[in-house]
Amino acid sequence: MADNGHSHGDNAEYYALRAEAIQALLIEKGVCTMDDIMTMADKIDSRSPADGAKVLAHAWVDPEYKARLLADAESALLELGYDLPETAPKLTVLENTDDVHNMAVCTLCSCYPRAIIGRPPAWYKGLAYRSRVVVDPRGVLQEFGTELDEDVQVRVIDSSADYRYLVLPKRPAGTEGMSEEDLAKLITQESMIGVGLALTPEQVSAS
Amino acid sequence: MPKVHDRGGWPNEDPIDQSEHEMEEWERKVDALNGVLGDLGLKTSDQLRRAIESMDLATYESLAYYEKWTAAMEMLLVEQGVMTTAEIDAKMETLKQGQA
Amino acid sequence: MAQSPSAKYKPGDQVRIRVGVPPTHFRTPEYVQGKQGEIETSWGAYPNPEGLAYGGDGLPAQPLYLVKFAQTDLWTNYEGAAKDALLLDIYENWLESI
Repeated sequence: MADNGHSHGDNAEYYALRAEAIQALLIEKGVCTMDDIMTMADKIDSRSPADGAKVLAHAWVDPEYKARLLADAESALLELGYDLPETAPKLTVLENTDDVHNMAVCTLCSCYPRAIIGRPPAWYKGLAYRSRVVVDPRGVLQEFGTELDEDVQVRVIDSSADYRYLVLPKRPAGTEGMSEEDLAKLITQESMIGVGLALTPEQVSAS
Repeated sequence: MPKVHDRGGWPNEDPIDQSEHEMEEWERKVDALNGVLGDLGLKTSDQLRRAIESMDLATYESLAYYEKWTAAMEMLLVEQGVMTTAEIDAKMETLKQGQA
Repeated sequence: MAQSPSAKYKPGDQVRIRVGVPPTHFRTPEYVQGKQGEIETSWGAYPNPEGLAYGGDGLPAQPLYLVKFAQTDLWTNYEGAAKDALLLDIYENWLESI
Protein backbone atom coordinates (compact mmCIF):
# COMPACT_ATOMS: atom_id res chain seq x y z
CA MET A 1 0.00 0.00 0.00
CA ALA A 2 1.32 3.42 -0.94
CA ASP A 3 0.80 4.53 2.58
CA ASN A 4 3.16 7.43 2.95
CA GLY A 5 2.87 8.98 -0.47
CA HIS A 6 5.87 7.27 -2.02
CA SER A 7 5.72 7.15 -5.77
CA HIS A 8 7.38 3.82 -6.36
CA GLY A 9 4.15 1.85 -6.78
CA ASP A 10 3.05 0.03 -9.93
CA ASN A 11 1.09 3.08 -11.01
CA ALA A 12 3.87 5.66 -10.96
CA GLU A 13 4.91 5.31 -14.58
CA TYR A 14 1.32 5.53 -15.79
CA TYR A 15 0.52 8.62 -13.73
CA ALA A 16 3.79 10.35 -14.55
CA LEU A 17 2.93 10.02 -18.24
CA ARG A 18 -0.72 10.93 -17.71
CA ALA A 19 0.32 14.08 -15.84
CA GLU A 20 2.69 14.96 -18.67
CA ALA A 21 -0.14 14.48 -21.19
CA ILE A 22 -2.46 16.74 -19.19
CA GLN A 23 0.22 19.44 -18.98
CA ALA A 24 0.96 19.17 -22.70
CA LEU A 25 -2.73 19.62 -23.53
CA LEU A 26 -3.08 22.61 -21.18
CA ILE A 27 -0.10 24.23 -22.89
CA GLU A 28 -1.39 23.42 -26.42
CA LYS A 29 -4.76 24.90 -25.52
CA GLY A 30 -3.15 28.04 -24.18
CA VAL A 31 -4.47 27.57 -20.65
CA CYS A 32 -0.98 27.94 -19.13
CA THR A 33 2.67 27.65 -20.10
CA MET A 34 5.47 25.38 -18.91
CA ASP A 35 7.06 28.54 -17.60
CA ASP A 36 4.01 29.15 -15.37
CA ILE A 37 4.36 25.63 -13.98
CA MET A 38 8.11 25.87 -13.36
CA THR A 39 7.80 29.33 -11.82
CA MET A 40 5.18 27.96 -9.42
CA ALA A 41 7.39 24.93 -8.63
CA ASP A 42 10.31 27.22 -7.78
CA LYS A 43 8.04 29.34 -5.61
CA ILE A 44 6.86 26.27 -3.69
CA ASP A 45 10.48 25.05 -3.36
CA SER A 46 11.47 28.38 -1.83
CA ARG A 47 9.71 27.60 1.46
CA SER A 48 11.21 25.08 3.86
CA PRO A 49 11.33 24.24 7.58
CA ALA A 50 14.28 26.66 7.86
CA ASP A 51 11.87 29.56 7.30
CA GLY A 52 9.62 28.47 10.14
CA ALA A 53 12.63 27.82 12.38
CA LYS A 54 13.94 31.34 11.77
CA VAL A 55 10.61 32.91 12.78
CA LEU A 56 10.14 30.69 15.83
CA ALA A 57 13.71 31.21 17.06
CA HIS A 58 13.03 34.95 16.91
CA ALA A 59 9.95 34.36 19.06
CA TRP A 60 12.13 32.51 21.59
CA VAL A 61 14.46 35.48 22.05
CA ASP A 62 11.92 38.31 21.82
CA PRO A 63 8.90 37.88 24.13
CA GLU A 64 7.07 40.84 22.59
CA TYR A 65 7.49 39.37 19.13
CA LYS A 66 6.26 36.03 20.46
CA ALA A 67 3.13 37.69 21.80
CA ARG A 68 2.46 39.30 18.42
CA LEU A 69 3.14 36.01 16.61
CA LEU A 70 0.68 34.11 18.80
CA ALA A 71 -1.96 36.85 18.47
CA ASP A 72 -1.67 37.46 14.72
CA ALA A 73 0.78 35.17 12.94
CA GLU A 74 0.38 36.73 9.51
CA SER A 75 1.26 40.28 10.61
CA ALA A 76 4.17 38.98 12.68
CA LEU A 77 5.50 37.00 9.72
CA LEU A 78 5.30 40.11 7.58
CA GLU A 79 7.57 41.90 10.07
CA LEU A 80 10.26 39.36 9.17
CA GLY A 81 9.65 39.70 5.44
CA TYR A 82 7.33 36.74 4.96
CA ASP A 83 4.36 37.98 2.96
CA LEU A 84 1.99 35.01 2.74
CA PRO A 85 0.06 34.83 -0.54
CA GLU A 86 -3.47 36.23 -0.48
CA THR A 87 -4.73 32.80 -1.53
CA ALA A 88 -2.91 30.90 1.23
CA PRO A 89 -4.98 29.51 4.11
CA LYS A 90 -4.93 31.45 7.39
CA LEU A 91 -2.11 30.66 9.79
CA THR A 92 -2.08 30.33 13.57
CA VAL A 93 0.89 29.57 15.83
CA LEU A 94 0.33 27.39 18.91
CA GLU A 95 2.79 27.54 21.78
CA ASN A 96 4.05 24.43 23.54
CA THR A 97 4.81 25.01 27.21
CA ASP A 98 5.67 23.06 30.35
CA ASP A 99 1.95 22.29 30.70
CA VAL A 100 0.61 21.96 27.16
CA HIS A 101 1.89 20.06 24.13
CA ASN A 102 0.19 20.74 20.79
CA MET A 103 0.49 18.48 17.76
CA ALA A 104 -1.08 18.94 14.33
CA VAL A 105 -2.65 16.57 11.82
CA CYS A 106 -5.09 16.63 8.93
CA THR A 107 -7.23 13.50 9.15
CA LEU A 108 -9.27 14.36 6.04
CA CYS A 109 -6.45 15.16 3.61
CA SER A 110 -3.05 16.84 4.04
CA CYS A 111 -3.62 20.42 5.25
CA TYR A 112 -0.28 21.83 6.41
CA PRO A 113 1.29 25.29 6.89
CA ARG A 114 2.93 25.06 3.45
CA ALA A 115 3.03 28.82 2.97
CA ILE A 116 5.69 29.11 5.67
CA ILE A 117 7.39 25.69 6.03
CA GLY A 118 6.95 24.12 2.59
CA ARG A 119 5.62 20.72 1.64
CA PRO A 120 4.67 18.24 4.38
CA PRO A 121 6.83 15.19 5.07
CA ALA A 122 5.57 11.94 3.49
CA TRP A 123 4.46 10.40 6.79
CA TYR A 124 2.21 13.38 7.53
CA LYS A 125 0.16 12.50 4.44
CA GLY A 126 0.14 8.76 5.19
CA LEU A 127 -2.80 6.76 6.50
CA ALA A 128 -1.05 5.48 9.65
CA TYR A 129 -0.42 8.95 11.09
CA ARG A 130 -3.78 10.34 9.99
CA SER A 131 -5.68 7.40 11.50
CA ARG A 132 -3.85 7.05 14.77
CA VAL A 133 -2.68 10.41 16.04
CA VAL A 134 -6.15 11.56 17.03
CA VAL A 135 -6.98 8.46 19.05
CA ASP A 136 -3.52 7.64 20.42
CA PRO A 137 -1.38 10.80 20.38
CA ARG A 138 0.87 9.62 23.19
CA GLY A 139 1.55 6.34 21.38
CA VAL A 140 2.43 8.29 18.23
CA LEU A 141 4.75 10.58 20.21
CA GLN A 142 6.54 7.49 21.51
CA GLU A 143 6.84 6.20 17.97
CA PHE A 144 8.70 9.41 17.13
CA GLY A 145 10.87 8.92 20.21
CA THR A 146 9.27 11.85 22.02
CA GLU A 147 8.93 11.57 25.78
CA LEU A 148 6.50 13.83 27.63
CA ASP A 149 5.78 14.07 31.33
CA GLU A 150 2.51 12.37 32.34
CA ASP A 151 1.08 15.63 33.61
CA VAL A 152 1.49 17.54 30.34
CA GLN A 153 -1.80 18.07 28.53
CA VAL A 154 -1.64 16.76 24.95
CA ARG A 155 -3.73 18.78 22.50
CA VAL A 156 -4.19 17.35 19.00
CA ILE A 157 -5.21 19.91 16.38
CA ASP A 158 -6.98 18.42 13.35
CA SER A 159 -6.67 21.02 10.54
CA SER A 160 -10.03 20.64 8.89
CA ALA A 161 -10.91 24.06 7.46
CA ASP A 162 -9.40 27.48 6.66
CA TYR A 163 -6.65 27.54 9.31
CA ARG A 164 -3.23 25.93 9.32
CA TYR A 165 -1.36 25.37 12.56
CA LEU A 166 2.34 25.85 13.22
CA VAL A 167 3.68 24.68 16.58
CA LEU A 168 6.12 26.86 18.53
CA PRO A 169 8.16 24.22 20.37
CA LYS A 170 9.27 24.74 23.94
CA ARG A 171 12.72 26.31 24.19
CA PRO A 172 15.10 23.70 25.62
CA ALA A 173 16.90 24.32 28.89
CA GLY A 174 20.53 25.36 28.70
CA THR A 175 20.11 27.53 25.59
CA GLU A 176 20.13 30.94 27.30
CA GLY A 177 23.33 32.23 25.78
CA MET A 178 22.77 30.97 22.25
CA SER A 179 22.46 33.19 19.19
CA GLU A 180 19.19 33.33 17.29
CA GLU A 181 20.86 31.64 14.35
CA ASP A 182 22.05 28.71 16.47
CA LEU A 183 18.67 28.47 18.19
CA ALA A 184 16.99 28.09 14.79
CA LYS A 185 19.04 24.94 14.21
CA LEU A 186 17.28 23.34 17.19
CA ILE A 187 13.84 23.77 15.60
CA THR A 188 13.09 20.78 13.40
CA GLN A 189 10.21 20.07 11.05
CA GLU A 190 8.94 17.46 13.52
CA SER A 191 8.99 19.96 16.37
CA MET A 192 6.94 22.44 14.31
CA ILE A 193 4.29 19.76 13.69
CA GLY A 194 4.46 18.71 17.34
CA VAL A 195 5.50 15.07 17.00
CA GLY A 196 8.91 16.06 18.29
CA LEU A 197 10.53 18.50 20.70
CA ALA A 198 13.15 21.06 19.79
CA LEU A 199 16.61 19.53 19.81
CA THR A 200 18.98 20.17 22.67
CA PRO A 201 22.36 21.75 21.93
CA GLU A 202 23.93 18.37 22.80
CA GLN A 203 21.81 16.62 20.15
CA VAL A 204 22.89 19.15 17.54
CA SER A 205 26.59 18.86 18.33
CA ALA A 206 26.34 15.05 18.35
CA SER A 207 24.82 14.94 14.87
CA MET B 1 -18.54 3.45 7.81
CA PRO B 2 -16.77 6.77 7.22
CA LYS B 3 -15.92 7.92 3.71
CA VAL B 4 -12.62 6.78 2.20
CA HIS B 5 -10.70 9.92 3.13
CA ASP B 6 -12.12 10.38 6.65
CA ARG B 7 -9.35 8.50 8.47
CA GLY B 8 -9.41 9.78 12.06
CA GLY B 9 -9.70 6.78 14.39
CA TRP B 10 -9.67 4.13 11.66
CA PRO B 11 -8.10 0.92 12.93
CA ASN B 12 -4.52 1.06 11.66
CA GLU B 13 -1.64 -0.88 13.20
CA ASP B 14 0.92 0.01 10.53
CA PRO B 15 4.03 1.69 11.86
CA ILE B 16 4.45 5.29 10.69
CA ASP B 17 7.03 5.14 7.91
CA GLN B 18 9.26 8.10 8.76
CA SER B 19 11.57 7.72 5.80
CA GLU B 20 11.56 10.74 3.52
CA HIS B 21 11.17 10.34 -0.16
CA GLU B 22 12.96 12.44 -2.70
CA MET B 23 10.29 14.10 -4.78
CA GLU B 24 10.40 13.14 -8.44
CA GLU B 25 10.29 15.85 -11.08
CA TRP B 26 6.85 14.80 -12.37
CA GLU B 27 5.46 15.06 -8.83
CA ARG B 28 7.02 18.48 -8.40
CA LYS B 29 5.28 19.57 -11.60
CA VAL B 30 1.92 18.13 -10.52
CA ASP B 31 2.26 19.97 -7.21
CA ALA B 32 2.99 23.18 -9.12
CA LEU B 33 0.22 22.63 -11.67
CA ASN B 34 -2.26 22.39 -8.84
CA GLY B 35 -1.20 25.89 -7.77
CA VAL B 36 -1.30 27.23 -11.33
CA LEU B 37 -4.83 25.88 -11.92
CA GLY B 38 -5.89 27.37 -8.58
CA ASP B 39 -4.58 30.80 -9.57
CA LEU B 40 -6.39 30.51 -12.92
CA GLY B 41 -9.67 29.79 -11.10
CA LEU B 42 -9.86 26.32 -12.68
CA LYS B 43 -10.03 24.60 -9.32
CA THR B 44 -10.37 25.21 -5.60
CA SER B 45 -8.86 23.03 -2.88
CA ASP B 46 -12.35 21.79 -2.08
CA GLN B 47 -12.95 20.78 -5.70
CA LEU B 48 -9.70 18.78 -5.68
CA ARG B 49 -10.67 17.18 -2.36
CA ARG B 50 -14.16 16.34 -3.65
CA ALA B 51 -12.64 14.63 -6.70
CA ILE B 52 -10.20 12.63 -4.52
CA GLU B 53 -12.99 11.67 -2.13
CA SER B 54 -15.03 10.25 -5.02
CA MET B 55 -12.52 7.43 -5.50
CA ASP B 56 -13.43 3.95 -4.33
CA LEU B 57 -11.59 2.63 -1.28
CA ALA B 58 -9.16 0.40 -3.19
CA THR B 59 -8.14 3.23 -5.51
CA TYR B 60 -7.85 5.73 -2.66
CA GLU B 61 -5.58 3.38 -0.71
CA SER B 62 -3.46 2.17 -3.61
CA LEU B 63 -2.63 5.45 -5.34
CA ALA B 64 0.30 7.49 -4.05
CA TYR B 65 -0.25 11.12 -3.13
CA TYR B 66 0.50 12.84 -6.44
CA GLU B 67 -1.13 10.02 -8.36
CA LYS B 68 -4.36 10.89 -6.59
CA TRP B 69 -3.83 14.56 -7.41
CA THR B 70 -3.26 13.72 -11.07
CA ALA B 71 -6.43 11.64 -11.25
CA ALA B 72 -8.41 14.35 -9.45
CA MET B 73 -7.11 17.16 -11.68
CA GLU B 74 -8.09 15.10 -14.71
CA MET B 75 -11.62 14.66 -13.34
CA LEU B 76 -11.95 18.41 -12.81
CA LEU B 77 -10.50 19.45 -16.18
CA VAL B 78 -12.74 16.99 -18.02
CA GLU B 79 -15.76 18.05 -15.97
CA GLN B 80 -15.16 21.69 -16.90
CA GLY B 81 -14.72 20.88 -20.59
CA VAL B 82 -11.09 22.03 -20.69
CA MET B 83 -10.12 18.68 -22.24
CA THR B 84 -11.56 15.23 -22.83
CA THR B 85 -10.42 11.82 -21.62
CA ALA B 86 -9.94 10.79 -25.25
CA GLU B 87 -7.58 13.72 -25.82
CA ILE B 88 -5.53 12.71 -22.78
CA ASP B 89 -5.41 9.07 -23.92
CA ALA B 90 -4.27 10.13 -27.38
CA LYS B 91 -1.63 12.50 -26.00
CA MET B 92 -0.31 9.72 -23.76
CA GLU B 93 0.08 7.47 -26.80
CA THR B 94 1.97 10.18 -28.66
CA LEU B 95 4.27 10.77 -25.70
CA LYS B 96 4.87 7.03 -25.35
CA GLN B 97 5.86 6.75 -29.00
CA GLY B 98 8.16 9.71 -28.57
CA GLN B 99 9.88 7.90 -25.70
CA ALA B 100 10.30 4.63 -27.65
CA MET C 1 -12.48 36.62 5.92
CA ALA C 2 -15.82 36.99 4.17
CA GLN C 3 -18.66 39.22 5.30
CA SER C 4 -21.39 37.17 6.88
CA PRO C 5 -24.15 36.92 9.36
CA SER C 6 -22.75 37.28 12.87
CA ALA C 7 -21.53 34.23 14.73
CA LYS C 8 -24.17 32.42 16.77
CA TYR C 9 -21.72 31.02 19.32
CA LYS C 10 -18.97 32.52 21.47
CA PRO C 11 -15.95 31.04 23.24
CA GLY C 12 -16.99 28.88 26.20
CA ASP C 13 -20.34 27.86 24.67
CA GLN C 14 -21.13 24.15 24.71
CA VAL C 15 -22.18 22.70 21.36
CA ARG C 16 -23.00 19.35 19.83
CA ILE C 17 -21.70 18.34 16.40
CA ARG C 18 -24.48 17.43 13.99
CA VAL C 19 -24.57 13.85 12.71
CA GLY C 20 -24.70 13.35 8.97
CA VAL C 21 -22.87 11.76 6.09
CA PRO C 22 -24.16 13.41 2.92
CA PRO C 23 -22.91 11.86 -0.33
CA THR C 24 -21.46 15.28 -1.18
CA HIS C 25 -18.30 17.03 0.07
CA PHE C 26 -18.17 18.20 3.70
CA ARG C 27 -15.40 18.83 6.24
CA THR C 28 -16.73 17.43 9.52
CA PRO C 29 -15.00 14.13 10.37
CA GLU C 30 -17.28 11.37 11.59
CA TYR C 31 -15.29 10.84 14.77
CA VAL C 32 -16.61 14.12 16.21
CA GLN C 33 -20.19 13.77 14.97
CA GLY C 34 -22.73 13.53 17.79
CA LYS C 35 -20.05 14.59 20.31
CA GLN C 36 -20.20 17.53 22.69
CA GLY C 37 -17.48 20.17 22.56
CA GLU C 38 -16.70 23.70 23.66
CA ILE C 39 -16.13 26.72 21.45
CA GLU C 40 -12.47 27.66 21.88
CA THR C 41 -12.17 30.41 19.23
CA SER C 42 -14.55 32.16 16.87
CA TRP C 43 -12.67 32.74 13.60
CA GLY C 44 -15.16 34.82 11.61
CA ALA C 45 -16.90 33.57 8.49
CA TYR C 46 -15.47 31.74 5.49
CA PRO C 47 -16.93 30.53 2.19
CA ASN C 48 -18.68 27.22 2.67
CA PRO C 49 -16.59 24.30 1.33
CA GLU C 50 -19.81 22.43 0.58
CA GLY C 51 -20.43 24.96 -2.21
CA LEU C 52 -16.80 25.60 -3.18
CA ALA C 53 -16.36 21.89 -3.88
CA TYR C 54 -18.77 22.12 -6.83
CA GLY C 55 -17.49 25.35 -8.34
CA GLY C 56 -19.87 27.57 -6.38
CA ASP C 57 -18.88 30.73 -4.51
CA GLY C 58 -19.53 29.20 -1.07
CA LEU C 59 -21.86 32.04 -0.12
CA PRO C 60 -23.40 32.77 2.25
CA ALA C 61 -20.18 32.38 4.21
CA GLN C 62 -20.31 30.17 7.28
CA PRO C 63 -19.03 31.28 10.69
CA LEU C 64 -16.11 29.01 11.59
CA TYR C 65 -15.06 27.94 15.08
CA LEU C 66 -12.21 26.09 16.70
CA VAL C 67 -14.01 23.54 18.89
CA LYS C 68 -12.37 21.70 21.78
CA PHE C 69 -13.26 18.16 22.85
CA ALA C 70 -12.14 16.03 25.78
CA GLN C 71 -10.36 13.03 24.30
CA THR C 72 -12.14 10.78 26.79
CA ASP C 73 -15.47 11.95 25.29
CA LEU C 74 -14.37 11.04 21.77
CA TRP C 75 -12.95 7.57 22.38
CA THR C 76 -14.23 5.02 24.89
CA ASN C 77 -10.81 3.38 25.06
CA TYR C 78 -8.67 6.53 25.23
CA GLU C 79 -5.43 5.61 26.98
CA GLY C 80 -3.90 9.05 27.53
CA ALA C 81 -4.47 11.54 30.34
CA ALA C 82 -7.98 12.63 31.35
CA LYS C 83 -7.14 16.26 30.54
CA ASP C 84 -5.97 15.56 26.97
CA ALA C 85 -7.92 17.45 24.33
CA LEU C 86 -8.61 17.43 20.62
CA LEU C 87 -9.40 20.60 18.69
CA LEU C 88 -10.70 21.11 15.20
CA ASP C 89 -12.33 23.74 13.05
CA ILE C 90 -16.04 23.32 12.37
CA TYR C 91 -18.45 25.45 10.34
CA GLU C 92 -21.57 26.73 12.07
CA ASN C 93 -23.99 24.68 9.93
CA TRP C 94 -22.59 21.58 11.67
CA LEU C 95 -23.15 22.88 15.22
CA GLU C 96 -26.20 22.46 17.45
CA SER C 97 -26.94 24.28 20.71
CA ILE C 98 -27.17 22.23 23.87
